[in-house]
This record gives sequence, structure tokens and C-alpha cells, in this order.
Amino acid sequence: MHATETMSSAAPAQGFYLAEEHHPENGTMLGFWIYLMSDCLIFAVLFAMYGVLGRNYAAGPGPKDLFELPTVAVNTSMLLLSSITYGFAMLEMARMRKGATLLWLAITGAFGAAFVTLELVEFAQFIHEGAGPWRSAFLSSFFTLVGTHGLHVSFGIVWLITLMVQVTRHGLTPTNQRRLSCLSLFWHFLDVVWIGVFTFVYLMGVLR
Amino acid sequence: MSAATEQAGDDRLDPRHVHGHDEHGHGSGAAHGSFKGYMTGFLLSVVLTAVPFWLVMGKVIPNAQATTAIVLAFAVVQILVHMVYFLHLNTRSEGGWNMLALIFTMVLVVITLSGSLWVMYHMDTNMMPVSPGAMRNMP
Repeated sequence: MHATETMSSAAPAQGFYLAEEHHPENGTMLGFWIYLMSDCLIFAVLFAMYGVLGRNYAAGPGPKDLFELPTVAVNTSMLLLSSITYGFAMLEMARMRKGATLLWLAITGAFGAAFVTLELVEFAQFIHEGAGPWRSAFLSSFFTLVGTHGLHVSFGIVWLITLMVQVTRHGLTPTNQRRLSCLSLFWHFLDVVWIGVFTFVYLMGVLR
Repeated sequence: MSAATEQAGDDRLDPRHVHGHDEHGHGSGAAHGSFKGYMTGFLLSVVLTAVPFWLVMGKVIPNAQATTAIVLAFAVVQILVHMVYFLHLNTRSEGGWNMLALIFTMVLVVITLSGSLWVMYHMDTNMMPVSPGAMRNMP
């Protein structure tokens, strides 16, 4: 942000320019929030689909036969822990500590990777048991909903690694801070969606 | 001098913007939160996650419907906890537009979910019963 520094040492017209320059940054956070809201609608539609089709087992296995709640509990704690460690990364970023920020980001990525791995193991087990997405409408909607969430987390990890490289190379510049703030929203949003998944799909599935 | 004063009057948010710019590099409303805030959110989330899992896995309440209602209530509370402590959502961030977008989205989500479930449930119950034999001879 060289323009800002130049302006602050220059003419009294600075106030106007500072305000002008700052608006796009505000716009990024609001724009990203609106993207998250549209993503929220995607998940709402997938939840609705699961709600409509979730009981059509086609004489195949149901939630009680398939779901292993201890695994889901471990998975949930992985995602929750990754949320708090991302929070710590943001706190270190606010203190401008590059090394600590990178460390917490790496821990966050590790928890995220553990989550995705556990989910893939679960999927592989279902498919091995013959309960793949082709088996029944229940399983099609289950794989679509949970798979879409897992895909989001996977892309979040790719994004996280990209930003770690960016921070390592260029430091905690205002641009990188803005990017990390966007990823923070994305990451916490995915945890919010997962609350819906483990409640609506797993816990209520086993209760049926 | 008078020009500077006039500008300060024109853009009331300006000093805070400059401050935020130097220290955080992003918007005035998107607060980073504090260690205490994150820990409060985390501990509340742990409790709000553990209790539903315990209720379902331990079959604490024999009535499945009652358990479902309690589990759903815990999920709603936990979503609110995440919104406040992790996403730092409040009515002031981005001049209230964040909250407005969220409320609009929630209205759409409720319409989508309740509408789909309601319509499809009634369609299922109002359909004529079909025997497996009739199903086989369907066009």
C-alpha cells in the first residue's frame, strides 16, 4: 500500500484519497460474505434433497446399519479443533507474528487433512460394503451432501497451503491479511455447515 | 487547514479506517476477536457437541422424538455460538450489510427446507398406493 504512505505525507487532500482507497478492502469482506451466503443456499438445497430422499433405502442399508457414531465424533472434533487453531492463527496475525501465524495455519491444515482422510476412509468402507451412491436414493443424497462439504474442506486446505506460501514469501502484508481473513470466514463457515451435517444426517439418522 | 477540518467532518469514519488499515489491513467491522472470545466459543461448542452425541450414543432418553428435538435445539444454539464467537458477526460489521445478507439467506433457507419437506411429504401421502406388480408394468 505505497499509495497510502505517499498520500499521508503529501497534500491535505489525503483524507479523500485514503477513503477512496480503503473501500475496495471493505468490499472484499462483504463480497466474500455474500459468496458464503450463496454457498449456504447450495447446502440448504442439498439438505432439503437429503430430507426428501433420505428415507428411500431401496431395500438397501439404512443409517443405523452404516453410520459409526464414534468415527463421526472424532471427525467432528477434528473440525472443531481446526476452527479454534485458525482463530489462534488470526490472533497471531493481528500481533504481526509471522512464524506463529504460519505454525497455527499448519496445525489447522493438519486437522483439516485428518478430517478429510477420516471421511474418505468412511466413504471407502461404505462403497466396500456395497453401499455406494448408486445403491439407493438415501445413499445418493448422503454422498452428495457430505461429499460436497468434504470437497469444500479439501479446497479450503489447498487455499490454506497457497496462503502459507504467500505469507512465507511476502510476509503479513495487508493483502495477505485480507486473504487470511477471507479464508477464516470460509473455514468457520464450513464448521457451521458440519454442525448441520452431524446433527441432521448422522445423529438424526441413527435416531430413526 | 480549513480544508482538512472540512474533510474530517465529511468522512467521520476516516480516522478509524486509517487505523484499521495500518494495524489489520482490512475492514473496520471485521474484528479479529480475542483469545478469550475464541476460547469461550470453543468451550461452548465442545459442550454443545458432546451432549447431543452422548444423548444419541448412550440412548439416554428412550423417546426418539424428544431426543431429536433436543439434538436439533443444541445444533441451532451451536450455530449461533459459531456465528458470534468465530465469524464475529454483529449488527455493526460492514455497516449492517453482513447481518442483512444473513437474514435474507436464512429466510430463503427456511423456505427451501420447510417448503421441500412439506410439499414432498404431502405428495407421498396423497399418492395412490402402488403395488410392486403395477410398478413393474409401468410405462
